[in-house]
Amino acid sequence: MRGEGAFPVRLRFAERGKVRFISHRDAARAFDRAFRIEVLPLALSEGFSPRPKVSFGLALSVGHESIAEYMDVRFSEPVDLETLPARLTAALPEGIEVTGVALLADRAPALQESVTAVEWELEVAKMDESEVSAEEISLRIEALFETKSLPVNRIRKGREDIVDIRPALTRMSVIESGSVGILLTAEIATQPAARPSEVVTVLGEDLRAVRVLRTAQWIERDGNRQEPLIADAARVSEARAS
Amino acid sequence: MTALWPRIEPLLDRVEKPARYIGMERGAQVPIHRPDAVSWLLVYPDTYEVGLPNQGLQILYEILNERDDAAAERGYAPWTDLEALMRSRSVPFFSLDTHKPAGEFDVIAFGLAAELVYTNVLNCLDLSGVPVRAEARRDEDPIVVAGGHATFNPEPMADFIDAFVIGDGEEVVGDMTEVIGAWKRSGRVGGREAVLHDLSLIMGVYVPSMYEVEYDGMAIREVRPRYPDVPATVDKRTIADLGEWPYPKNQLVPLIEVVHDRLNVEIFRGCTRGCRFCQAGMITRPVRERPLEQARTMVAEGLKRTGYDEVALTSLSSADFSGIGELVSGIIDGQEEACGNVGVSLPSLRVDAFTVGIASEIQRIRRTGLTFAPEAGSWRLRQVINKLITEEDLYAAVDGAFSQGWRRMKLYFLIGLPTEMDDDTLGIAELAKNVVEIGKRYTKAASCTASVGGFVPKPHTPFQWFGQNSSEELQRKVGMLRDATRKGGVKLSWHDPKATMVEGINSRGDRRIGKVIERVWRSGGVFQEWSEHFKVDRWIEAMAAEGLDIDWYTTRHRTGEEIQPWDHITAGLHKDFLWQDWQSALAEHGLPDCRWTPCYDCGVCTDYAIEHVVASPFAPAGGSQGTGQDLSIGGAVPVRFLSKPGAGVAR
Repeated sequence: MRGEGAFPVRLRFAERGKVRFISHRDAARAFDRAFRIEVLPLALSEGFSPRPKVSFGLALSVGHESIAEYMDVRFSEPVDLETLPARLTAALPEGIEVTGVALLADRAPALQESVTAVEWELEVAKMDESEVSAEEISLRIEALFETKSLPVNRIRKGREDIVDIRPALTRMSVIESGSVGILLTAEIATQPAARPSEVVTVLGEDLRAVRVLRTAQWIERDGNRQEPLIADAARVSEARAS
Repeated sequence: MTALWPRIEPLLDRVEKPARYIGMERGAQVPIHRPDAVSWLLVYPDTYEVGLPNQGLQILYEILNERDDAAAERGYAPWTDLEALMRSRSVPFFSLDTHKPAGEFDVIAFGLAAELVYTNVLNCLDLSGVPVRAEARRDEDPIVVAGGHATFNPEPMADFIDAFVIGDGEEVVGDMTEVIGAWKRSGRVGGREAVLHDLSLIMGVYVPSMYEVEYDGMAIREVRPRYPDVPATVDKRTIADLGEWPYPKNQLVPLIEVVHDRLNVEIFRGCTRGCRFCQAGMITRPVRERPLEQARTMVAEGLKRTGYDEVALTSLSSADFSGIGELVSGIIDGQEEACGNVGVSLPSLRVDAFTVGIASEIQRIRRTGLTFAPEAGSWRLRQVINKLITEEDLYAAVDGAFSQGWRRMKLYFLIGLPTEMDDDTLGIAELAKNVVEIGKRYTKAASCTASVGGFVPKPHTPFQWFGQNSSEELQRKVGMLRDATRKGGVKLSWHDPKATMVEGINSRGDRRIGKVIERVWRSGGVFQEWSEHFKVDRWIEAMAAEGLDIDWYTTRHRTGEEIQPWDHITAGLHKDFLWQDWQSALAEHGLPDCRWTPCYDCGVCTDYAIEHVVASPFAPAGGSQGTGQDLSIGGAVPVRFLSKPGAGVAR
């Protein structure tokens, strides 16, 4: 993302509540409109159909919530970082909230390739709605980490593959009993990756995820782990707690 | 009030496109329901993606919510996956804005744009726990209303709808709110019969239960009001001045992609081009233009508020708007502040050089596809249907377009038009091939798609007496066109002739068709405009079970003497005018556009004491069809002109 006089910014945003049912693409379109509503000076690509220079990080599945989504956008001139989160939040659908912005350093690598690990909070319950205890889930987690491989079926572009998600699982533990099921936290690598639904499947075919919340994304470089807002920032501005 | 959201939410992880059901779009309202106010649920009986952009629904949503004595929410038909889950868990049909059960509203109002949604209306009512048949409803059940173009023949849906709105809805919904509100506050005195009777006295409202239909075999002998004060003929309602109704002011911005996903600004209503197949052009007369300045403001403010990067200037023939050139260049040139370019789209364009000029202004950069609608394959047949485009017009427009960088042309045609012979049908292939030939002079990538649909004669048009082609005949014509377009670079696409037949049954059907619709719905026939759900056998079997002959309703030529099922509904068009125009059609005589030529008295303006509201006394460049002018330059044809402040020049 280069350009003369350009002002590259990384945004962190949350997507919670009913709005979790929109797709990643829908969220991108919502940002597109929010930039226009706020008349922000988007840098445009060259060519026949100039497009704003916007790039999103990892996709968030339909139905999953997050407090740690990121996107990069390039403005053609400086914008006030202090007021940017509130301005965008007002122009975005209810439930999408910009919680921090950072001016990106020159030559910052692309978001999607940079993120190395993702943290999730999952609430799992029995499919048949019978009770499940925190202890039982803890035991199942321990058993998972003792295995060498965890094959799951993954359908991609209409083709079914068997994928081993064991290498992607780095950490998992029970937090507490939630309102419906058991709340747990899981950290999953991105190369190779695993989906939260796949993690729930290997934890037990009798379980389903009641709620899935992405709580963090991490960029690890030279043994150092940082959140994406900090990792490539020249200057950071966090939204005030609302 | 019981909010259903906690019961709906757990179902959404298991359905396609769950965001269809969450609401909370920019522009959405969360009305407060007061017991003394009238609550309306405005339903588009198709999927969210198809229904959300509907401007009629959005206009009424705003107008009703601006009133102190009303509150309005929206609803869309749930897709079959959610419907199955709802039925298995007894979750009723719900509103989108507060997820309130549909059955708790005072009024459930459906927008009927076309006939194939009829079975979905029954399904939505049933899902609401409301009896599908009007006669079975009790005092506390919602009043079931329907509006939209299809209600100009309300009879096939008469068994299910308490009150139809005929014509423009802007004023009627207020009148209805007052009647229903007074009845509700009185403790529903007189019962359902009393409120329906009062509703039937409002201009533009048709209450089918206030009328008795008497048959003579298959023919209708008489349609008789049951009370002396109920009008024998129901007139459509028309707003005289579109400028007084700058709606929607807060167009909804959906969170997911929908059809026509852009800002829509209606620049005029009504059309007097006089195309004889076109029901919309006949029933929405006269032409009422929005003042240019208001249209400008609506575009500018709409873009700013929604964040959309595209605006459609909507009407039945947008290049006919008096200020079209100014309006378009104003949008294109006024973009310095906006981020990137704003696209302008003009649905329903004429076929002429002027149109190509406008189009090249709009699509300065990406010139890929352009659509024209010659509608018929020969000049003779175009005179019959009064779509007076010469081949020269078409080829000049297409040549202009290809020379300026466009590569793909799409041409719309109807097959099964009155007097159509195979030569006329084959003319479609000929025209399309010639278009490709012209394009090849400019680019190797030139292509042309001919899209053909089977013609369904519509009520209140000069073709209302014509017997439509059978589905076999339409299929034969499609086959003929397929053979004729195998070579020559033409792509052919067509509408399913079987669906055309079903549209025909409903389009000109009478009250007896209600039982057919109910049978089709009970046998599982919902979402009939979706090919994956449409099965013609359901309709054929239902017609047979009711002892009704499909040909009698569709392919039979009707006589001038017989009473048509919709004869007690009027769009203001005199029946003898329609008959005269039908005879002119058969004689291959065109009829000019009355905006710019003397009035031929179709009946609308004279009967309703309204007139065209047109800002320019001159036909636009491109001309008025059928006046014998040079269509390429336009001309100064005097117009009978309404003096109206803000509407432009007065004389």
